[in-house]
Amino acid sequence: MAPMIPASPAFALSCVGALLAIAVLAIPGGRLRDAAPVVYGACLATSLVALGGALICLLAGPPASNVVLPLGLPWVGAHFRIDALAAFFLAVVNLGAVAASLYGIGYGRHESEPQRVLPFFPAFLAGMNLVVLADDAFSFLLAWEFMSLASWALVMAHHREGDNARAGYVYIVMASFGTLALLLAFGLLAGPEGGYAFAAIRAHGASAPSAALVLGLVLLGAGSKAGLAPLHVWLPLAHPAAPSHVSALMSGVMTKVAVYGFIRIVFDLLGPQAWWWGLPVLAAGGGSAVLGVLYALMQNDLKRVLAYSTIENIGLIFVGLGLTIAFEANGFHAAAALALTAALFHVFNHALFKSILFFGAGAVLTATGERQMDRLGGLIHKMPLTSFLVLIACAAISALPPLNGFASEWLVFQAILLSPQLPQWGLKLLIPAVGALLALSAALAAACFVRVFGIVFLGRPRSQQARDAHEVDRWSISAMAMLAALCVIAGVLPGFMIDSIASVVDALTGARMPAQASLQWLSIVPVAESRSSYNGLLVFAFIAASASLAAYAIHRLASQAVRRAPAWDCGFPDPSPSTQYSAESFSQPIQRVFGSYVFKASERIDMPAPGDMRPARIKVELRDLAWELIYAPIAQAVSFTAERLNRLQFLTIRVYLSLVFFALVTLLLALAVWP
Amino acid sequence: MIFDLAIQNAQMLLVLALAPLLTGFIRKVKARLLRRQGPPLLQPYRDLLRLLRKEAVLAENASWLFRVIPYLIFAATWVAASLVPTFAAGLMFNWSADLIAVIALLGSARFFLALAGMDAGTSFGGIGSSREMMIATLAEPATIMIVFTLALLAGSTQLSVVAGFMLSPAVGLRVSLGLALVALVMVAIAENARIPIDNPATHLELTMVHEAMLLEYSGRHLAVIELAASLKLLLYMSLIACVFIPWGQAQPGGGASAQMIGVAAYIAKLAAGGVLLALFETAVAKMRVFRVSDFLGAALMLGLLGTLLLFVSRSL
Repeated sequence: MAPMIPASPAFALSCVGALLAIAVLAIPGGRLRDAAPVVYGACLATSLVALGGALICLLAGPPASNVVLPLGLPWVGAHFRIDALAAFFLAVVNLGAVAASLYGIGYGRHESEPQRVLPFFPAFLAGMNLVVLADDAFSFLLAWEFMSLASWALVMAHHREGDNARAGYVYIVMASFGTLALLLAFGLLAGPEGGYAFAAIRAHGASAPSAALVLGLVLLGAGSKAGLAPLHVWLPLAHPAAPSHVSALMSGVMTKVAVYGFIRIVFDLLGPQAWWWGLPVLAAGGGSAVLGVLYALMQNDLKRVLAYSTIENIGLIFVGLGLTIAFEANGFHAAAALALTAALFHVFNHALFKSILFFGAGAVLTATGERQMDRLGGLIHKMPLTSFLVLIACAAISALPPLNGFASEWLVFQAILLSPQLPQWGLKLLIPAVGALLALSAALAAACFVRVFGIVFLGRPRSQQARDAHEVDRWSISAMAMLAALCVIAGVLPGFMIDSIASVVDALTGARMPAQASLQWLSIVPVAESRSSYNGLLVFAFIAASASLAAYAIHRLASQAVRRAPAWDCGFPDPSPSTQYSAESFSQPIQRVFGSYVFKASERIDMPAPGDMRPARIKVELRDLAWELIYAPIAQAVSFTAERLNRLQFLTIRVYLSLVFFALVTLLLALAVWP
Repeated sequence: MIFDLAIQNAQMLLVLALAPLLTGFIRKVKARLLRRQGPPLLQPYRDLLRLLRKEAVLAENASWLFRVIPYLIFAATWVAASLVPTFAAGLMFNWSADLIAVIALLGSARFFLALAGMDAGTSFGGIGSSREMMIATLAEPATIMIVFTLALLAGSTQLSVVAGFMLSPAVGLRVSLGLALVALVMVAIAENARIPIDNPATHLELTMVHEAMLLEYSGRHLAVIELAASLKLLLYMSLIACVFIPWGQAQPGGGASAQMIGVAAYIAKLAAGGVLLALFETAVAKMRVFRVSDFLGAALMLGLLGTLLLFVSRSL
C-alpha cells in the first residue's frame, strides 16, 4: 500500500472511510440532541482534508500509485486511482461538500427529523467521492448506485410532504434506468473476457459499432443523472424535495459526477472518437440549455426554478463536450483543448453559484417557511446579507461580466467561433444553430434570475411570513459568502482557473490552452491575442473605478439631499402588495413568445359580463411535452403489458408445466441453430 | 504609451460629452420634421444639470440596491462605450474586452435596471422589467449572432481587428455583412427603446417599457440613468459606424492631424446616423408589445442566416 501522503488514492480512500464511519455513527447518534452540528462538523473537517488532497493532486501532478483492494469481483479486485481528471472532479465534489457541511451546521438545526438526514448525508458524500476514485467498472457502478441510493434516501427525508413520495419514486426509477444503461455500456466495453479494470478496457479499446452503442448508452446513463433533456424529468422533482443543503449538493455536485462519468467513459475509455459523436451530444446540450431555462421561467416554486436552471447549465457543459469531440475527432487539438477547458470551467462555476442559490433558497425557507415565490417579496430589508450573496450568484449565473459565469460562457462562444474549420457538413450546420440556442438560453437565464431576485427579495412582502422574516445564522451566511468570494475570484482572475485545469485537458486532448498566468495584465487569451482576449480584472477595475468616480463626483458637486416618500407609481399607487407584479405575470410575455411552441401553452380568459360582480379569471395551461410524448406512452405500455402478464399468475399447474417445456425446447433449438 | 493613454481617455470623455448632444440633436431633427420648433440642442445638458441639483426622492420601500444601481448602470455602459473605437482605432485597453464582453456589459446594465424596476414594488415597475427582459431574450441572441458573423469574417472578436478588416480590401461585398447590418440596426432600435419598439418621449402610457422601470427615480439618480441611456444610444451608433463605415478613423501611429480628421469624421457619422434615426422614427408608428417578438425574431433569424452562410461558404 502506498504511503499516506495527502496526494494519493489511499489518502482519499481513508477520507471516504472516515465519511462512512461518520454515517454509521450517525445512525444511532442521529436521534441525540445536538447531533447535527457534530455530524456536519465532522463532515466539514473530512471534506476539507479531502479537498486539500485533491488540490495537491491537481496542482502538483497526479500520483503514480494506485490502490487495489481485495473487494468486488474476485478476478478484478477494487481499483482506485487519481489522475488529473479525477483530481479536478474530487476538488469540485469536496468543495461542494465543504460548503454544504458548513451550511448544514446552521441549517441542520431546523431539521424536524434529523435521524432521517444525518446518516445519509456523509454516505452521499462518500458515494460521490468513490465514483470519482473508482478505477474499475465494478467499483464505479457500485459507487454510482450507492450515491444514487444515498441521495434517494435524502430526497425521501420528508416523505410525507406534498409530492415528495412521488418525486422519490420517479427518481429511483430513473436512477435504476441510468445505472442499467451504464451497466450495459461497461459490459460492452469490457468485452467477452470480462476485463473490467479501466486499464484493461483502455488497452483493448472497442470496435466502431460497439463504441457507438456505448456512446448511446452513456448518454442515457450519465445524461439522465446529469439531467439532459428529455431525461431530465426526475430532476426538478427530486432536487427540490431534499433538504436545501442536499439540494445544493445534488444540483451543484452530483450532476457534475455524472458529467465526470461521461468524460471518463467517452474521452478516456472509449478510444478515438468519431466526428459524428459530437452531433447527439451537441443537440442534447443545446436543447437542454433552452428547454431547461424556459421551464425554469414558468415555475413558481423557488427551488424548482433552481433545479430547472441546472438543466440549462448542464446543457451548456455538454455543448462544450460535444465541441471537444468534434474538434478532437478532426485533429484540431488546440480547439478541443479550448472547448474542454470551457466545459470544465463551467462545471466548477456552476457548482459554486448553484450551491449559493440553493443555500439562499434554504435560508428563505428557514426565515419564512415559504418556497412559493408569489408569497415572498421584500426580503432584502429583512435578510440583507443573504440577499447580497444571492444577488452575486444571480449575476454570476446570468453570465454577467466580470463574474465567473461569463468567463466560462465566453470561452464556449470562442470555441464555437473556431468551428467553421470543421470539414463535416453536419457539424457546420448544427454548431451555429447550437450557438444561437446558447445565446438564447443565456438571455433567458438573465430574465429568469431577474425574476427570482426581483420577486423574492425586492418589492413589498406578499405575505405575513415574508413580513416577519429574519436573517439566518452565521454558519449559513459564511457558507454562502465563501462560495460568493470564489465566484468573484474565478471571474476576475479566470487565467488561474484555466491554468489549473490545463493538466486535465492536456491528458484528455493532448493539447492545452496557452499558459494564461504569464500573460500581461492577467488577461485570458483562448488562441491568440489578435483573435480575442478578455480581462476580467481590468473590466472589474474599470467598472469599480467609474462607478465610484461617478458617485463621488455627483455627491461632491450635486445635491446630496434624499427624501423618503410614498412610491409614485405614475400617480396610481395602491397600498395592497398584491398589485405588484407576481412571478407568473413577470414571465407572461416570455411565455406568450415561446410558450405556444414549447409548452403548447393556452390561456383562457373568463371575463364576467358587465354588471356581474364575480372577478375575472385567467387560466394558463402549460404542458410538459417530454412527459406527454415520451414518458406517458412508456408508462402506459408498461402498465398494459403488466396487465396482460398478470394472467400468467393464475394458471393451472398443467399450463405452467407445458410453458416450461416449450421454453426448454425453444432454448435447445436456439442453441442448435447457433453457430 | 502616454499618447495611447491620452487617446483612450479622450475617447472616454468624448463619448460622455457627446452623448446628450446626440439625444438633443435627434429630438431637434424630429421636431423640425414635424414642423415644430423643438427644444434647443443643449436642452439635454440643461435637463441633466437641473436633475442633479434637485433632491432625490426615494420610494418608502426602496432598498440600498435602488440607490446603487444607477451608478452600476452608468459604469457598465460607460466602460462598454469607451471600449468601442470612435475616432481612433487600436485603443489602449481594447484587448481587455472583446465584442462579446461589450454586449455582456450592456446586458449587466439591463439586468440591474430591471431589478431597479422591481425594487419599489409597484405595478408599473414590474411591467417595465418584465417587458424589458422579454425584449432582451430576443435582442441579445440576435446581437451575439451578429457578433459571430463579424468575428467569422474578420477572424477575431476584437473590435479594432474587425474595424481594421473592414477597412482592408479583403472584405468585398458579402451577403452576410448586409444581413448583419440590417439585424444590427433592428437590435439597436429595440435596445435603445426607440419607435417602433418603445417611445422615448412618452410617459403615462401602458405600452411603455424603458420609462416604466425609471418611474420611481428622481434627482441625481434619474440624471445618471438618463445619461447612461444616451450613452447607450451613442454606443450603438459608434458600433455601427466603427464596423460598417470605418473610413476616416485614425489608425494607430497616426499623428495629431489624423486624430483631428478622425474626430471630424466621427461627428459627421453620428450626425448622419441621428438624421436617419429621426427620419425613421417619424415615418413609422409604434407597434404593440407582442409584435416586438416578430420584429426581433426577424433580427435573430437574419443574424443566424448570416452566420450559417459563413459556416457553409467556408468549404465552397
